[in-house]
Amino acid sequence: MKNDPKKLLRFTPMERANHWLTAIIFFLAALSGLSFFHPFFFPLTQLFGGGVWTRILHPFFGVAMLLSFGGMFFRFKQQNVITPADREWLRHVREMAGGDDRNMPEAGKFNGGQKLLFWLFAACMALLILSGIVIWRAYFSFLFPVEAVRVASVVHAAAAAVMIALIIFHIYAAIWTRESIDAMLYGRVRRAWARQHHPAWFRQMTGGEK
Amino acid sequence: MALQSLDITRRSATTTPSPSQRKTQEVVKLIDVSKCIGCKACQAACMEWNDTRDKIGTNHGVLDNPMDLTANSWTVMRYSEVETGRGLEWLIRKDGCMHCADPGCLKACPAPGAIVQYSNGIVDFQEENCIGCGYCITGCPFNIPRLSGKDGKVYKCTLCSDRVAVGLEPACAKTCPTGAIVFGTKDDMIHHAEGRVADLKSRGFAEAGIYDPLGVGGTHVMYVLQHADKPGIYHGLPKDPSVSAMVTLWKGAVKPIASFALAAGVFGAFFHYVTKGPNEVSEEIEKEFKDEK
Amino acid sequence: MTNHWVDIKNANVIIVMGGNAAEAHPCGFKWVTEAKAHNHATFVVVDPRFTRSAAVADLYVPLRTGTDIAFLGGVINYLLSRDKLQHEYVKAYTNAPFIVKEGYEFNDGLFSGYDEAARTYDKSTWAYEAGPDGYARLDVTMQHPRCVLQLLKKHYSRYTPEAVSNICGTPGDTFLKVCELIATTSVPDRTLTFLYAVGWTQHSVGSQMIRTAAMVQLLLGNVGMAGGGVNALRGHSNIQGLTDLGLMSNLLPGYLTLPGEKETDYRKYIGARAFKPLRPGQMDYWQNYEKFHVSLMKSWFGNAATKDNNWCFDWLPKLDKIYDVLQAFELMHQGKLNGYFCQGFNPLASIPNKAKLTAALSRLKYLVVIDPLDTETSCFWENHGKYNDVDPARIQTEVIRMPSTCFAEENGSLTNSGRWLQWHYRGAPPPGDAKPDAEIIAGIFLKLRDMYRKEGGAFPDPILSLTWDYDIPHSPAPEELAKEYNGKALADLADPKDPAKAVLRKGQQLDGFIQLRADGSTSCGCWIFSGAWTEKGNMMARRDNSDPSGLGNTLGWAFAWPANRRILYNRASCDPSGKPWDPNRRLVYWDGSKWTGFDVPDFKPDSAPSEGMGPFIMQPEGVGRLFALDKMAEGPFPEHYEPFETPIGTNPLHPKVINNPAARVFRDDMKDFGKSRDFPYAATSYRVTEHFHFWTKHTRISSILQPEQYVEIGEDLAKEKGIKAGDRVKVRSKRGFIEAVAVVTKRIRPLQVNGETVHHVGIPIHWGFKGIARNGYLANTLTPFVGDANTQTPEFKSFLVNIEKA
Repeated sequence: MKNDPKKLLRFTPMERANHWLTAIIFFLAALSGLSFFHPFFFPLTQLFGGGVWTRILHPFFGVAMLLSFGGMFFRFKQQNVITPADREWLRHVREMAGGDDRNMPEAGKFNGGQKLLFWLFAACMALLILSGIVIWRAYFSFLFPVEAVRVASVVHAAAAAVMIALIIFHIYAAIWTRESIDAMLYGRVRRAWARQHHPAWFRQMTGGEK
Repeated sequence: MALQSLDITRRSATTTPSPSQRKTQEVVKLIDVSKCIGCKACQAACMEWNDTRDKIGTNHGVLDNPMDLTANSWTVMRYSEVETGRGLEWLIRKDGCMHCADPGCLKACPAPGAIVQYSNGIVDFQEENCIGCGYCITGCPFNIPRLSGKDGKVYKCTLCSDRVAVGLEPACAKTCPTGAIVFGTKDDMIHHAEGRVADLKSRGFAEAGIYDPLGVGGTHVMYVLQHADKPGIYHGLPKDPSVSAMVTLWKGAVKPIASFALAAGVFGAFFHYVTKGPNEVSEEIEKEFKDEK
Repeated sequence: MTNHWVDIKNANVIIVMGGNAAEAHPCGFKWVTEAKAHNHATFVVVDPRFTRSAAVADLYVPLRTGTDIAFLGGVINYLLSRDKLQHEYVKAYTNAPFIVKEGYEFNDGLFSGYDEAARTYDKSTWAYEAGPDGYARLDVTMQHPRCVLQLLKKHYSRYTPEAVSNICGTPGDTFLKVCELIATTSVPDRTLTFLYAVGWTQHSVGSQMIRTAAMVQLLLGNVGMAGGGVNALRGHSNIQGLTDLGLMSNLLPGYLTLPGEKETDYRKYIGARAFKPLRPGQMDYWQNYEKFHVSLMKSWFGNAATKDNNWCFDWLPKLDKIYDVLQAFELMHQGKLNGYFCQGFNPLASIPNKAKLTAALSRLKYLVVIDPLDTETSCFWENHGKYNDVDPARIQTEVIRMPSTCFAEENGSLTNSGRWLQWHYRGAPPPGDAKPDAEIIAGIFLKLRDMYRKEGGAFPDPILSLTWDYDIPHSPAPEELAKEYNGKALADLADPKDPAKAVLRKGQQLDGFIQLRADGSTSCGCWIFSGAWTEKGNMMARRDNSDPSGLGNTLGWAFAWPANRRILYNRASCDPSGKPWDPNRRLVYWDGSKWTGFDVPDFKPDSAPSEGMGPFIMQPEGVGRLFALDKMAEGPFPEHYEPFETPIGTNPLHPKVINNPAARVFRDDMKDFGKSRDFPYAATSYRVTEHFHFWTKHTRISSILQPEQYVEIGEDLAKEKGIKAGDRVKVRSKRGFIEAVAVVTKRIRPLQVNGETVHHVGIPIHWGFKGIARNGYLANTLTPFVGDANTQTPEFKSFLVNIEKA
């Protein structure tokens, strides 16, 4: 049973909705943005009704992303404060990737990697939004000197590339760590899963049971 | 806008060769600032030929009007009152697209075929392919392209590519009453310009010269300047223009490399999965929580 | 122009003064750039403002508006005192050796014979001394104290470089630099050309400014030379043609003149115009006056003009005074002129003192406006807020507007500044009910004639007898009119050399005015245009630009009056023996038996140099006049007089005679002149290149290029007044005010004049309350109602204003 109350509640329905809304908008923004990234991707504009529509829509996806991601940011900000244990976790991340979690310190609701990712997302988003305003030709570019627009263009492209890379990593991590996707889809996780991947959180949720 | 289709040397956002079987001579529009009287006939001719009309504006305390290039005004006269060693000089420069050999606009453009360069050197916007992102404005070292508020496309001087394609000179050159604007092959124009520079030197303009900046690979609109050492006094003509390093960075090799890197990331993840396997709950823990299943 | 547009390219020195050729004549200006590029010419601009012409000049020379005579008088003094003359030319081709009558004087700003009450001169002393043979006396050594050269030296000795600098505000070294440059053309193989326009004509001493330039050119031997001459750049595309056809109220076509009211005797009328030669052996071409006159009358009145009725001489109006436009509006203002036909003319915009004009037009019974455009004049009664603040209810003038075609909507010829009649073809049909002017006038004429026929009336003869044999009477074709002004034979014309042979059969078109007769056997509507449409066809439509001399004399291109001659006085391009002064400027030459060359000789073709005929064949003495005899209103030598509104309030040369003493000033206008204490700044009005008069504010592109009225002031004045570029300012003269945007510029600099600082205010004229450009004030609200003493052309170029932030 997916919503077995014995399972631990990891994400509330609002959190899940916010996440998936952000995910969808991310895909819209990323696919439309990629179409201007390199000619190779230009055919992606067909997904959005052609080049002009893609150009019109992309910045609005950015605005939507700002709102949606902003919601996520404030929702999860507290839970992503990096602790000394997280730093320790991050120091051992290579072992983790190699499939050896013996030396990993106990992770809370989010492990060090997830927290780092969270802050990297936030940083990329900030850069994308700020640079995006500067290069939004229809409304704002004329307010800035051309050299600023040029810098912003580079920043936007670079931040976008990093963001996409992070998202690829994020998705893969979710696939790799079995049942993670279920957590975000249905909200609850098995206690075993929690015990395995987020032992500290598990103890917190179960009051130290086992 | 173009009548040419077989002599395209470059095409924006296109990674394969364009139709380029036909080879035409490289052309140049030479603007001799020392002959220009600022009559604006070129502005009028440009509007007439291209059938574009700006709104009737206002006077801003100078003779320049329209005050700047627009989607309708593809050329404007820039008047500069400058004190030089010769006393007061009124330098009048016809501003407009320089048709760079190495065009920053084309480099920046993400829309395939929205900007093309013909083998005669003309850099031409194909507005039907334009998506209106304005990246060309970002890429241009001379601040030329203008976005239309009416249709969201960018416009600039076409060097009358439609006229040149059928053997006519640009409308501005045709109309210029003093011969300050002349048009011909690049070789002829350089020869003509050298004669003009010699004349100016004989009249005491020791620094007279040709403006054909190498930073953009040379241009297909060139100036004869009385003070070629100080192009900035001609209403801010850039001294050594080049496609901005930022634009090169933005549009250079980094993007394909980044694209490969992303693809590599996806592949890496896949191979990580098939080599290392999934990150699952360990069997001991599963045993502990048997009741859950 | 004595020369023509293309010929400018042959000049070595080009001076644009009293004009702004680059701005107002950008197309013709190409020949200046040609001269610079291919003849290594030096180009000088003398102007109160650093103009668009100055932008491409080798040397810009500032001077105060209205002081051109002082400047050029200084040049004459320089040339004479440094002996930089083309000596042989001056001696043989000018009246420098002629001895002037005793009694001629110039003292304290006045020439002999002044009548202060009438503001005119008795010119009897402005004449040559006659010898016992009846001819003028001369002293070929030019040492006689009363010979023209000595008088000239004396007259201009006052125009020292210091005096020039003091009056004009031109820095002394700059002035001397110009003088040196001008003096380089006194050698036979270098020429100077003066290009001027209304910057000279529109002064109360405008005609004399032009004359001073002509005198400089005579002293340098530059008249009649390729690349020389005195060249008027005309304003409207066909103002030259209009002048040729009798624009002025005292003229008949071809610069024939109407009789005055005392000239009631035909023989005396002709005798006063067919001058007697003043030297032996001179051609004195005006001796043919009667041939031109009779042929004109035959053209107008056909069979009604006979020898017995003196070719209808009595039908011609006899003038009591000149009815120039200022006079007409003065009479209108006094209520003495009640009906006005206004054809292709926008006087409310184009004539000084708008307030007076509006009052005058309001007193008319009717006003007929024939124009392609919705002109301000035709709407003078409409209220357009601050731009035309009138009360329509109080204006009873009936205004009738008749839309006419513009030049591109009809066939016809335009005469350019170089006197070329160039035929053009209709480019498009006229819009709506617009009709060609000829058709409108024909309609009025036919109606009037019909009324005279039916109802009789006083003096119907000229109307009823006017020749009107056009194919379509209500619509004379331009081609028919062109043939009419060319003229035709009314009978078989016998060859003067062989009376048995006829040179032309009855009804054939004339070859030129040489065939005109005074016996009524030829008709010709405008003698100087004769040759434009011969039996060979329309010569104006010719388009052969072959140029065998390389000097640009394309005799196969169109038709130039007179006689297809391209450069006037071209005989003077040769030395007295008939050899060109400069072998590279071979226009005409004596080949041993006749005059020939690359231009039509302006000379008797078979008069050998040894016969001693002078090159200025229109003059009874055969030479160019440094001393103008009685031809000018204010004196035989040009003298510097201040504009009627002078910023310095005095004339440094003669404080008692400040302004032109012979200029006509209407009594009521004197009080409308401002003084420098109230209006301290020297203003000058002008055209800008983006616009054409008051027409192009009706066209979109011109209105885009310069949309809004502005005035130009220098940075110093702007600072003094706290005005920044782009501010709205109010410019006020004694006669009214305008508001406009301020253009603050380095191109107008304060000048030091007679111990004072003089600032200029530049006032472009092109805006008004009609059209699609932004509405503006008519600039002629500001200008004074006074004209040149000879032509009555208003003094638009020099007046006084004050300026403040609006």
